[in-house]
Amino acid sequence: MPLIELKNIVKKYEDGGEPTVALDGVSLEIQKGEFVAIMGPSGSGKSTLLHVLGFLDPPSSGEYKFDGKFFSEYSKEEVAHVRNRKMGFIFQAFNLLPRTSVFENVRLPLLYSDVDESKWDKLAIDAVNAVGLNHRMNHDSSQLSGGEKQRVAIARALVLGPQVIFADEPTGNLDSKSGQAIMEIIRDLNEDQGHTIILVTHETYTAEHARRLIKLKDGQIESDKAVEHRMHRDEFRK
Amino acid sequence: MKLNYTFKTAAKGLSANKSRTALTILGIVIGITAIILVMSLGEGAQNLILGQIQSIGSKTIAIVPGKQPKGVMDAMSTFTDSLKNRDLDALKNKNNIPYAGTIMPLVFGSETMVFESNAYRPTIFGATPFFSKIYNISPEEGRIFSDEEVAGYADVVVIGSKVKEELFGANNEALNKKVKIKGRNFKVVGILGTKGQSTFINFDTAAIVPYTTAQQYLFGIKYYNRIVVEADSELNVARTVEDIKITLRNSHNITNASDDDFFVETQAEAIKTVSTITNVLTLFLAAVAAISLLVGGVGIMNIMLVSVTERTREIGLRKALGATDRDILTHFLLEAIILTSVGGIIGIALGLSLAFLISLILTNYLNMAWAFSFPVLAIILGLGVSSIVGLGFGLYPARQASKKSPIEALRYE
Repeated sequence: MPLIELKNIVKKYEDGGEPTVALDGVSLEIQKGEFVAIMGPSGSGKSTLLHVLGFLDPPSSGEYKFDGKFFSEYSKEEVAHVRNRKMGFIFQAFNLLPRTSVFENVRLPLLYSDVDESKWDKLAIDAVNAVGLNHRMNHDSSQLSGGEKQRVAIARALVLGPQVIFADEPTGNLDSKSGQAIMEIIRDLNEDQGHTIILVTHETYTAEHARRLIKLKDGQIESDKAVEHRMHRDEFRK
Repeated sequence: MKLNYTFKTAAKGLSANKSRTALTILGIVIGITAIILVMSLGEGAQNLILGQIQSIGSKTIAIVPGKQPKGVMDAMSTFTDSLKNRDLDALKNKNNIPYAGTIMPLVFGSETMVFESNAYRPTIFGATPFFSKIYNISPEEGRIFSDEEVAGYADVVVIGSKVKEELFGANNEALNKKVKIKGRNFKVVGILGTKGQSTFINFDTAAIVPYTTAQQYLFGIKYYNRIVVEADSELNVARTVEDIKITLRNSHNITNASDDDFFVETQAEAIKTVSTITNVLTLFLAAVAAISLLVGGVGIMNIMLVSVTERTREIGLRKALGATDRDILTHFLLEAIILTSVGGIIGIALGLSLAFLISLILTNYLNMAWAFSFPVLAIILGLGVSSIVGLGFGLYPARQASKKSPIEALRYE
């Protein structure tokens, strides 16, 4: 059973007057453990697709089945619960809480979860360690560099062990060096820990870490194939 | 999300913008302070007045001429001449009022009193020696005039401390000097000590003469302004009130109680009347003060709306990380309630402190028998009302926050 199943998904925005069609009949399947990059020029609908997949934005029509259940069958509370327990989000703008420590930022999803409170500290500390920021545990998030901020965001996405991690231009606000470091972590999450990763990017070097590349154009899938020139792990570590 | 974490999150959200939070709280502080102050002072004033009424003695019954005032227009009717000498005689008859202890007629008015080149206009009471006992006053110097002097229309006067000071000066002898009232010489037989306002009568500015003399020579009247009856025991007050009514109706040929041309006041009734008046006044003032609380509430709503807009991204993020609409609603509602509750607590503390300060000023500088009152009801009310204001005015902004779509919120710049 695929983790994600889309059938003829359409997303329209109506800002008064003419409706804009962001997604125009997208159908695809994503299995557990895949590493998918979604590319396309701006306005192609790649971010919209990610938002629909991440339960952040409901589709206008079409069928979306996540983890064996149709999106339309989830109640509002269940949608929040799925976002909390089964999905992790990494944003271009990091979206960390200001004036809040690294530890507290990573712990944030736990506050909204049904996980027993006694386990919170360990889960959060483990997640921070996993992205190598244990020495920054109690630093204020605003004191961190861009690369460190994104690592905190990754730890926050990881903390509840989600089935799928959505990354929206995770390297977009970073220089290429820290961008590569972030991609290395994301790749490890997929290869070593088996997390499903769905990544939106317009940078080829970011997309080349993925195993599968979906190209969008005008809200439709232009191509969907395995990455040909996938960077070898050892190669990009040099 | 568990409530204790929601609370911490809300508190942190507020502490992020300290000066704004403080100014928002100020609106509530002012409202609650005003309410607490008004209620505390109202209760203090009521206690003061009630204390004075109680000092008359609970056995005392006052008969007032005219119909019992039911409204403003009736007030003048108390200045009628319906209480006459034959009423006094009827009341003094033991067969009519078996439980009466002492009966005292009372007349009063204002006349100019002259000593040498000094003049002063005291309130003049015409009474009997019993006056001293009823109002719990005795002369510091000299004596009260005697029953014989009352019977003999004697020209004697007991003067208050202020009257003495105005006419004779603070350090000069006044006892046995002659003062002129309406061209008649009165001998000063007694001088009262300084007592201040008490029982609605300021004895410092009063002069007391035998009622016979006052009726005959000063006011030229043949009726009484009051007849004061003291029952022999508190148990017999109600009985005596009934006896008085029956006696006076007989004396005035009145068959129907609604035609009464007099009414009877007891301490219990006076306490009831005064309590009603002061309670209404206090509530009215508290209601006025509550308007400022309303304004404070609108201030909270305004700031919360700004805060919700400013934190659109944060709301979106929290939703993306699994916060439900209810989580967000509770979060922002709690922020509003924390604002008002903190404002309420500060307001209560400030209101009580101000009320305490005023009570100190009143007792130490104005010599009033004022006691600081701790209005428990007002504190409960203050906390309750401020929380309700927080809930009421916080609900709309909190709903706005909870309804934000996560993606709209994350996109918000």
